[in-house]
Amino acid sequence: MTTEIAVRVEDKLFQNRYQVDVGQAHIKVKPHTKPSPALLALLKACPAHCYELNSNGQVEIAADGCVECGTCRVIAEPGGDIEWSYPRGGYGVLFKFG
Amino acid sequence: MIEERFDAIVVGAGMAGNAAAFTLANRGLKVLQIERGEYAGSKNVQGAILYADMLEKMIPDFREDAPLERHLVEQRFWMMDERAHTGLHYRSDDFNEERPNRYTIIRAQFDRWFSSKVQEAGAIVLCETTVKELVKDAYGRVIGVLTDRDGGEVHADVVVLAEGVNGLLGTKADLRAIPKPENVALAVKEMHFLPRETIESRFNLKGDEGTVIEAAGTISRGMAGMGFIYANKESISVGIGCLVSDFQKTGETPYDLLERFKQHPSVAPLLEGSEVKEYAGHLIPEGGYNAVPKLYGDGWVVVGDAAQLNNFVHREGSNLAMTSGRIAAEAIFQVKSRKEPMTAQNLSIYKDMLDNSFVMKDLKKYKDMPGLLHIQSQNFFLTYPQLVSKAMQNFVRVDGTPKVEKEKVTVKSFVAARSWTGLFGDAIRFARAWR
Ligand SMILES: Cc1cc2nc3c(=O)[nH]c(=O)nc-3n(C[C@H](O)[C@H](O)[C@H](O)COP(=O)(O)OP(=O)(O)OC[C@H]3O[C@@H](n4cnc5c(N)ncnc54)[C@H](O)[C@@H]3O)c2cc1C
Ligand code: SF4
Repeated sequence: MTTEIAVRVEDKLFQNRYQVDVGQAHIKVKPHTKPSPALLALLKACPAHCYELNSNGQVEIAADGCVECGTCRVIAEPGGDIEWSYPRGGYGVLFKFG
Repeated sequence: MIEERFDAIVVGAGMAGNAAAFTLANRGLKVLQIERGEYAGSKNVQGAILYADMLEKMIPDFREDAPLERHLVEQRFWMMDERAHTGLHYRSDDFNEERPNRYTIIRAQFDRWFSSKVQEAGAIVLCETTVKELVKDAYGRVIGVLTDRDGGEVHADVVVLAEGVNGLLGTKADLRAIPKPENVALAVKEMHFLPRETIESRFNLKGDEGTVIEAAGTISRGMAGMGFIYANKESISVGIGCLVSDFQKTGETPYDLLERFKQHPSVAPLLEGSEVKEYAGHLIPEGGYNAVPKLYGDGWVVVGDAAQLNNFVHREGSNLAMTSGRIAAEAIFQVKSRKEPMTAQNLSIYKDMLDNSFVMKDLKKYKDMPGLLHIQSQNFFLTYPQLVSKAMQNFVRVDGTPKVEKEKVTVKSFVAARSWTGLFGDAIRFARAWR
């Protein structure tokens, strides 16, 4: 049985508390023309669905819902596709339960 | 920032950092602990089972005021296919003891409490502050940290890196590499709220009794991974984690995986009618013994998840984190009391002490497990659970087929899927890795 379930991650993230550091992205995607396999993997692997393809076929990040798991760092930082750091102290996701 | 010099700076207020800071401060050392979250625990995710023994070693009377959810009287293992689970339950009234052995906890609350104990012990705890870099002297010795506060450099004799699985500082300073995708699992988790009585009746519990379910099988779609369902007082923690390398290979999405796990006919009735209040994601170190990096150097030690100290076979991470934090602190205290400098050579006693503890002994015991389960994930997480499930159904369904024929069908299905040599090979490989 392989019924696909469409979940909206946005609805899940809506429950979470965030302190957004406006204008200070803690993760950056290096400029590229054609995304590498590692970058493409992030479209699916990121648990907060922060990565998306733009209209030119490049991978972009909107890190507002980021849960700071580090998955994209492990996949894409060693190859130089992204730059990963933590948000400034006090900013980012704030787990109430964790 | 802070002008004074410290005996030790602890980066991170998770399980490892709190244990280290508590132990150091308790022995009279001047300790600064730095945490990037708004409060200790605001960045941390766990299942979560707390093992009492390791905490008791530091805070013997923790049961008096620590925020504990339920003490565990039962553990269930489920091997799942798409429609069914084959279960092993262990339940004993012996666990209703005066000083229970395991509890469920909620990390954000627990870490806050632990942090209050660290402060009572005399450490200075600075939250909402991210450490950006380690500060080294001309000889490459670590002498302090640079934070994101104004004039944010602080100095100490030794820095305890308790920065968790993502450990940026250690990798930036070239003390260890970024974890490889095959050595970390990504877990996603939700908190489901229900009235206390509903939880107690669904899980067959009385009062503060608790139960946990660990689940493996087709729920991970052939990836190396497990699901979990833990009963708290008024909530249920439910989550699933698989190797990052497997997510990368399969293109499965973590949230779909969680959703399908929740909708499994064995899981859905437990969660029915609940209110979801949080969705979290976190990495878990799974590389085991062979992935443990260098644990100490001039002016630094690394503890907990940052050092990959996690026993993934038994799902023990927080207790290894606590224990390594405590042992590192004791090692530092020894060097300090001899009035010697915090050189790599002097700090090597941390590794010796850790090697002699259950932490490294357990990791060593299972050193071949990651290789086995990760490379053969299709067999162990997909094929066998399906075969077992079919065999069980065949066994329990009564339909007039002679039992001899039933057994033949079961044996045939195993051999067809894995061949005799495959079956023997898997059994032997598993036994070897377990030994
Ligand atoms: C879903 C899930 C379920 C789990 N279930 C269990 C379980 O049931 N039982 C169990 O024993 N273990 C479990 N674990 C493992 C356990 O959570 C970890 O092993 C444990 O939390 C490790 O503790 P730590 O202190 O090393 O790291 P963490 O608890 O991750 O703490 C690291 C801390 O450092 C801070 N930090 C990091 N970098 C910086 C910086 N640069 N500046 C300032 N602060 C920084 C972080 O904010 C964080 O507070 C689970 C893990 C997950 C993800
Ligand atoms: S850290 Fe995790 S949640 Fe944040 S963008 Fe990367 S993969 Fe997504």
